[in-house]
Order: sequence, then C-alpha cells, then structure tokens
Amino acid sequence: MFQWGDIYMTKQTFRSFASVLAVSASLFGTQVFAKSDITIAMQLEPPHLDPTSAAAQAIDSVVYTNIFEGLTRFMGDGSVVPGLAESWEISDDGTVYTFKLHDGVTFHDGTTMDAEDVKFSLDRARSEDSANAQKALFAGIESIEVVDPLTVKVTLSEPNGNFLFNLAWGDAVIVAPESIENIKTNPVGTGAFTFGEWVQGDSITLNRNPDYWGNQPALETATFKFISDPTAAFAAMMAEDIDVFDNFPAPENLPQFEADPRFQVLVGSTEGETILSTNNKMPPFDDIQVRQALAHAIDRQAIIDGAMFGYGTPIGTHFAPHNPAYVDLTGKSAYDPKKAAQMLADAGYADGIQTTLHLPPPSYARRGGEIVAAQLAEVGITAEIINVEWAQWLETVFKGKDFGLTIVSHTEPMDIGIYARPDYYFQYDSTDFQALMDTLNSTTDPEERTRLLGEAQRLISTDYVNGYLFQLAKLGVAKAGVQGLWKNAPTAAIDLTQISWSE
Amino acid sequence: MSRSLILGAFLSSLVLLAALVSFVWTPYDYAALNIPDKLQPPSAQHWFGTDHFGRDMFSMIMVGARTSIAVALVAVGIGMALGVPLGLAAAARKGSWLDELIMRGNDLVFAFPSLVIAILITAVLGAGAINAIIAIGIFNIPVFARITRGAALSLWESEFILAARVSGKGAARISAEHILPNVANLLIVQGTIQFSLGILAEAGLSYVGLGAQPPTPSWGRMLADAQTMFSFAPHLALIPGLAIIVTVLGLNLLGDGLRDWLDPRIRVARA
Repeated sequence: MFQWGDIYMTKQTFRSFASVLAVSASLFGTQVFAKSDITIAMQLEPPHLDPTSAAAQAIDSVVYTNIFEGLTRFMGDGSVVPGLAESWEISDDGTVYTFKLHDGVTFHDGTTMDAEDVKFSLDRARSEDSANAQKALFAGIESIEVVDPLTVKVTLSEPNGNFLFNLAWGDAVIVAPESIENIKTNPVGTGAFTFGEWVQGDSITLNRNPDYWGNQPALETATFKFISDPTAAFAAMMAEDIDVFDNFPAPENLPQFEADPRFQVLVGSTEGETILSTNNKMPPFDDIQVRQALAHAIDRQAIIDGAMFGYGTPIGTHFAPHNPAYVDLTGKSAYDPKKAAQMLADAGYADGIQTTLHLPPPSYARRGGEIVAAQLAEVGITAEIINVEWAQWLETVFKGKDFGLTIVSHTEPMDIGIYARPDYYFQYDSTDFQALMDTLNSTTDPEERTRLLGEAQRLISTDYVNGYLFQLAKLGVAKAGVQGLWKNAPTAAIDLTQISWSE
Repeated sequence: MSRSLILGAFLSSLVLLAALVSFVWTPYDYAALNIPDKLQPPSAQHWFGTDHFGRDMFSMIMVGARTSIAVALVAVGIGMALGVPLGLAAAARKGSWLDELIMRGNDLVFAFPSLVIAILITAVLGAGAINAIIAIGIFNIPVFARITRGAALSLWESEFILAARVSGKGAARISAEHILPNVANLLIVQGTIQFSLGILAEAGLSYVGLGAQPPTPSWGRMLADAQTMFSFAPHLALIPGLAIIVTVLGLNLLGDGLRDWLDPRIRVARA
C-alpha cells in the first residue's frame, strides 16, 4: 500500500545516510593512513602450498615465515634465530636438544601449537613414506619426546653442528595434524599471515593474522602475483601495477629501474651456485682430464657479462662466496682455452667431443648456455643445445640422468652435501668426499667445521666434478617507498613481517 | 610487367642473394661471441650493430635468411609434392570414394589452427629446424590439393581432354601430360604466397623457441631475444622485424605480380 509516510520515511533515511557519508568522508579526508597492502610479483607460481612435501622454491617464497614457522628461522642476513622455540639447551655431547616453545601460540584455525605438534611435524618429515624434499635434514634424528606441552626433547644419533640450521628450512616448519589433510590448498600455520585466496594462474592473497603470537606486522594484506614473462614483468613494474618484484628476471632492464626515482633496485646474493653440471658417469666425462679441460674452456666473466649483464660473482667450487667458510678456488679452473685443447688431446680426444647441453628456461641457463656452447666449441667440444621446460628437465636430466651437460642454479642453502650422494643426477661418486661429509656432520666445533668445509670445497674443485660458473645474484626491484625487503636470499622467502611503507 | 612484380622480384632476390652469399661470405663469423662489444648500434664496422652477445647482426641476418628460406622452401616443397598429386587424383576420380577421402582429409587438416598444431608437433617431436619444416609442410598439403583439384575439375570438362580420352589415354597420363601443365601457373603463384606464409610460420615457431636451435640464427628467435632490450637497444628487434617484413612483402608482391603476368585472360586484356 502506497502512503505519503513512506516517502517521508525514505527521505528521512536518505538524509541520515547522507550525513553519515559526509562524516566518514571528512574522517578519511583529514586522516592519512600509511599504505598497508602490497603486491609482490614472482616469476613462478607454486604447484601447491605445502613446503614440507615439495622442493619448489615458489612455495617457500609465499609461505615461509608468513604462514608457516619452524622452531628456528632464517633472517635476511642468513643468520639463524629462534622461531617457535623460545630457547633451547644442548646436552654436552651435542646429541640432545631440549626446545622450550613459545607460550600461547595458536594455528590459524584456533588450535594451540604445542609439543605434540612439533613431534608430529618432525616425525612426519622423517618418516619412511615422507614426501619431504629434504629428508636428509632430519636423517640424524633418533627420537622425539614430548616432555610437557611446551617442551620437546630431540635426540640425535650423533652430534650435528648443523641441526639448528636444518630446522630453519622451509621443509622443517611446524604443521598441525588437525589441518594437515588440506595443507596443499588451505595451508594453516602459526605465522603472522593467514591464507586468503588463490586465483590459479594469477595470484595468492594473504591477510594479517590478528591473533599472531609475535609482533603485529605493518602490512594488512599482501598479494603475490605470478608473472613469468620477462617482458610482461618489465611492463607491469613500469606501469606500477606491482610494488615489488622479488627476483627480476631480466637483468638487462635494471639500469632503467636504477635511473628512475620511482624505483629502488636491491642487488644481493642468492644461495644459487650456477654450475655447468656434468654427467660424471657418462663417457667421456667420466675422465677427470676431460672435465678439467671443460673447466679451463669456460670464461666465467664473459658468461656473467653476457648472460647476467654483469650481475653475479664467479665461483670455483660449489659454495656461496658470502659464506665465511668460502674458499676462492676460481684460479684452479682459470680460463685457458689452449690448455683445455691440449688436455683434450692428451686424453685422446684430439678430434673433439660431441655432447648435449640441456638448458632449462631461466635466462641464466638459456643465455649462459649459448655462451658456454660457443666457448666449448673453441676448444673442440661440440655441445648441441637442447632447450627444455622445467618438467622435461626434471624428467630427462634430474631423474633420467640422460644428459651430457646442463646449466642449473642450485639454490638450496649450504647444499655441498649433494656431492655425497652418488645417485644424485651428476653422479659424482667419491668415497673420500662421502667420508668427509660424515666427519663434517658429526663435528660441532665451528673452527673445525670451517676447516672441513674448506677441504670439501677443495676436493670437488680438484676433482672438477662440475663446471663452476657464478653465484646467482638476487635482483630485487621495488617501489621507492617499500622498506624491509631482504636484499639477499639466504633461503627462498619473501618475509612479509618486516615489510612496510615509508610515509 | 607490373610494378608490383618488379618490386616483389627485387625484394625477394635481395633476400635470396643475402642467403646465398652467406654460404661463402659474411662480414663476421655469425656465431663468434664478442661480449665486450655487445649492444652496439649500427656503425661502419657493424652495419646492423651487434646483439647482446656482441655478435654481428648483419651476419646473423644473412644466415637467418638462409634458415628462413630453407625451412619455408622445403615446407612448400613438401606441400606441393604431396598436395598436387592428391588434388589431381581427386579431380580425375571426381565423386568417388577417393575424392571424398582426400577432400574430407583436407577439410580435417584445414579445421585445425595451423600454428597451434605446428607448435604441438614441434613440442612432441622436439624443437629444431627439421621438425619445423615437417610441421609447416603438413599444412601446405591441403592448400595445394584443393587448388589443384579446383582447377583440374574445370579442365576435365574441356574438349582437348575429351580428345585425349578418346585417343585412349588413361586418367593418370592425362593428369600428368595435360592437366598439370595447365595448372602450373596457378601453382607457382600459390607457391609464392605459401612461401611467404612459411617464412612467417618459421619466424613464429622460432619466436616461441621451437624453430632452429642456437647457435643457428633465425629471425624469430632474434626478435624473441630482443624483447626485453627494446627500450635501450631497439635495433635488436627492429632489424630482424624489418627483415621479415621485407621478405614477406617481397614475396606477396611477387606472387601478385606473377598472377597478373601469368594469367592469360589478363594478358589478353592488356594487349
């Protein structure tokens, strides 16, 4: 029924609504809010969001320290600091670690995080049927014992000087049995951010966790956007569609960002040893002379200048130059094409060698590969370039071991231990090195460890296992006002808790 | 002769010449890296400048022409060698199950988006010039089969064919001796057009990394490599882009000109 009163009421309502609008408009008008959302681009989209069951770095970039936390954690400078463990005690013989957990930590679904969850997580990671990509991290654990809800005792079979470092990896984060089933699509952790939304092929959104046990982060929401094409990355950055590009894929564009006051460029180091991986079991590369010739045929500086536009540090072994234990061994494999050709002739390959060079998509590999192939051609090694996608690379090279040479960056931190695995894809089988790693793992004295690490670096460099090219640089690009970004990448992570906008 | 024929012939022979000369001479070794000299703009030493590895762009364009022409030529050759006999056979047995089979097979190939299938073929067989040739060649078969059949059908109605039939010649012999010479000019014109499309297809495949593999230069890959550097070294993209344009334009003009020139009706009208 139509009545005049209705119109009056409507007008009244409208008027009061309008005045509310006016008030709120003036409120927003007078107050200045610091920006509290950020859009961060990365090149690869994670396959799923469980860091404890896959090696994909993109998973850690999104979830590490943001959604999931471990007992210890990495900081941007590579140091290992307490995470969910408030403190710990190590027995005198170095085999028993007693962790004291933070009180009042809850998972995003409201359940409490306690010693049972720690035991569950570590047992799950080290179990026989575990899908963990870094099971070696947990190999030394003998037993895990819940002392009380906030105390966990971990017993190792022998002392391991790396144990706290191992626990900081994304593969060692604490998960809850209540939410483990859907962890891949709905990750529930203890971190300062909760999982929001995943638009497949486009972006993942995280929201601030109001119940976080630690300090509240400055950001309210963060969006991770996936842009794989370097040209699109450049365009999106220039158009200011994104605030941060975690690791910019086209080093040639960095001078333009540097010259532009709207942007800042953060050139740091990653843990990525970029190497010319050599199939040590495939003739003629089973001959150390041939491998040494390979090493002398490579001009590292030309590769860094040509493929990376000058960004990157030459390496002579499988170790990060920014690590205090690093030994500079580049001189052992200095560029000397004459010597390389001579060595090939001495090894009985005066007529040259035919082999394959598998190149995965990143520009360090594709461009670096073209340069390496040209340099090898000069000493008589014909390397047929085969460009492959990552899936194909994993299938033929990594799993199938059907390759002569390949270029890849090994981005896991402190991963020299892979040389102790004879069935690893480059198939280096040295009992000396394996014994050395065993000694290293049971050594806790820092000085002795440094000495052993140096020896390990020398050993693989003397055996010319692979061609060591350069340490991959981390090339971050961000808008000028973004603070708290990691300059280096001690592990794959985009630590949102430290990021804020300056006024 | 029309102006388009002359211009087309000039541009096409320019590219062909560059490709042929590259067998015996290029200003520099096209594969020689010289990283300190990278990204130089065109100059007296390097007529087209140098690329991001310091390679001489002029030499690369010359050898790239060779790659493009070789791939497109062989692909068109495959199309003709298989398509023309199929078309002749279909026309000779018009309405039979053979005709149906060939023409429906044609329709089937036509129904697929050619470049996407070419990408699929090279992705399955592996990237490389040979597989690019196969992929492009397959899509040339129905083009030639259809055009041959169409022209041959009208010829089969003509009186000189009737005369040949009366004199006792079989269908295969008539097709080879009487039909084929009379559709040849059509095939030449279509071949030129397909050739230019083949150049484009090769550039497209190598742009996505499925054509000739490094260090063999190819125009498409040069374009792809230049993408991120366009803002500070535009010659890296402009030069291979122009090379493709010149070649395709030249071949199309040539094709158009040849059609006008070879078509007897137009020739009579002009005279």
